[in-house]
Amino acid sequence: MFQTRGSRKTLAIRVRRCWQLYLFLLLPVAYLIVFKYVPMVGIQIAFRQYAPRLGIWGSKWVGLAQFEKFFNSYQFERVFFNTLKLSMYSLVAGFPLPILLALCLNSVRNKRYRSAVENITYMPYFISTVVIVGIINQVFNTRIGLFSMAYRVLIGPEVPDLLASATAFPHMYVWSGIWQSTGWGTVIYMAALAGVDPEQHEAALIDGASRFQRLLHVDLPAILPTITITLILRCGQLMGIGFDKVYLMQNDLNLRASEVISTYVYKVGLSAGGGDFSYATAIGLFNSVINLAMIVLVNFISRRVSDTSLW
Amino acid sequence: MRRNGHGAQAIRATREDRFFYLVVNIFVGIFTLIILIPLINIVASSFSSPSAVSSGKVLLWPVDLSLAGYEAVFENKLIGTAYLNTFFYTVAGTLINISMTMFAAYPLARRNVPFKGVFMFLFTFTMLFSGGTIPNYMLMIDLGLINSRWAMLLPGAISVYNMIIARTFIQSIPEELYEAASIDGCSDFRYFFTMVIPLSVTLLSVLTLYYAVGHWNAYFDAFLYLSDRNLYPLQIVLREILIANTINANEVVDDLTMSAKQGMADLIKYSLIIVSSLPVLVLYPFVKKYFLKGVMIGALKG
Repeated sequence: MFQTRGSRKTLAIRVRRCWQLYLFLLLPVAYLIVFKYVPMVGIQIAFRQYAPRLGIWGSKWVGLAQFEKFFNSYQFERVFFNTLKLSMYSLVAGFPLPILLALCLNSVRNKRYRSAVENITYMPYFISTVVIVGIINQVFNTRIGLFSMAYRVLIGPEVPDLLASATAFPHMYVWSGIWQSTGWGTVIYMAALAGVDPEQHEAALIDGASRFQRLLHVDLPAILPTITITLILRCGQLMGIGFDKVYLMQNDLNLRASEVISTYVYKVGLSAGGGDFSYATAIGLFNSVINLAMIVLVNFISRRVSDTSLW
Repeated sequence: MRRNGHGAQAIRATREDRFFYLVVNIFVGIFTLIILIPLINIVASSFSSPSAVSSGKVLLWPVDLSLAGYEAVFENKLIGTAYLNTFFYTVAGTLINISMTMFAAYPLARRNVPFKGVFMFLFTFTMLFSGGTIPNYMLMIDLGLINSRWAMLLPGAISVYNMIIARTFIQSIPEELYEAASIDGCSDFRYFFTMVIPLSVTLLSVLTLYYAVGHWNAYFDAFLYLSDRNLYPLQIVLREILIANTINANEVVDDLTMSAKQGMADLIKYSLIIVSSLPVLVLYPFVKKYFLKGVMIGALKG
């Protein structure tokens, strides 16, 4: 009893001693509460039938009706599988390439060539999504685009309109993403490769290992922990297809393949002049919960398997 | 005899290695060309004449060198306003970002602060879970921020990811320095402004570029919260011209023939891509340098 009172007292003293530090935290924490935690309270409208007149707290509870409506709607299967398909495709096609490029780039001996390659391949990462999609639209424009010119010369006069094709959409989305971010994606691997002890290479060299063998047995093991962590993080985002790029690449002709959860939430809730807030929030919440579960699961697995985890 | 054997082995290895280096150089070169060719095509087209662009003649070098596209871009009022708006959002937004980020990172980087874990959790939890588009939108209505410049500055005032980078960096400043200063009667305030800030020049540069490039390229918040054209940032106008085609050359230049209009409509897109990316391209060496540093600081924690 005496002890607790004593430690409580010292805690109070320690808190008081840090008052200036808490003052620093005042604005950031106020920001968090207003802009991050208040909207979380607003999520409850997913379980109500929101009416602007009654407000968030006054609208009628409907339980899981919004979710049932979504699961039973003909759109559910489409947006769910489009989201899953785009992110899986991005992961499978996009994950190995930065590793391959980093291993190759690390083996390039000419310093100038190497830094030129770095400078060029990093560049698209800094271009905005709107401009990237603008570039895609120009390059694949059937009348004046670079792709079309090449197609006419190499294959034939009937240039397919890849921008307006549902079958082409996943490829366009994923490979333009690879075009944009593979170069920058090498950065973490290059950093890990720079940390390889040169003595390991020298020892392998004395044992008669070729450069390729050293890539396989010295370089690759050195970046394996980085690969694991990156893979874990990517798996945690498996249902997290962002809004921007998909929405910008969408048109009526590819909608069948390009409607994902985030764009559907926007359309249900905000476009078409005052939408259904409750329904849209429920769809968004469904997605957020999957994302959260994925990250927790992936973190749990990685802690078991590799001792590396986010928390 | 032995020496000979060694030599032979060395030659064999060299030949194998030469082949390896050749393959690697070619692979890396092809990849670089795939990145580079579309970019060169955009630049070359932007400096060509309207008719050359719309008849699909421009490959990797300007045809009928002309600045018509750039003239049209610079004469357009909507683009000019949007450019200034984005400039404002970038400068003001970055200042807010950096102050708030440092204010949060400094106390959380210090040792022996009671309830630090609680605050840390409050921050990191928002990386895992958020209210979502609609609750955020309703909040903005309640705060009266729809169609306000604040809608571009406040919702993203702190990126928790950047805050963690800042915290990691500040933690690397030796605690002994603080202990020595506090014995001399230095308060937490003074320590922040006279020691932490001057020692964090690299960090501040990293944060500035992270946030500034983010603001320059940002699109989502403006798309949701702004409908007043006078407040539009560049990216929204870009979307209208490049993607939605809701503005075309007819609005930009009058009294031209139909085909000339089509040519201008094609050309202006290329020029606009260049003009809108110009600040980031001009600052590219710095942007690259400090983005790389940011990755290194972030990796320290890993």
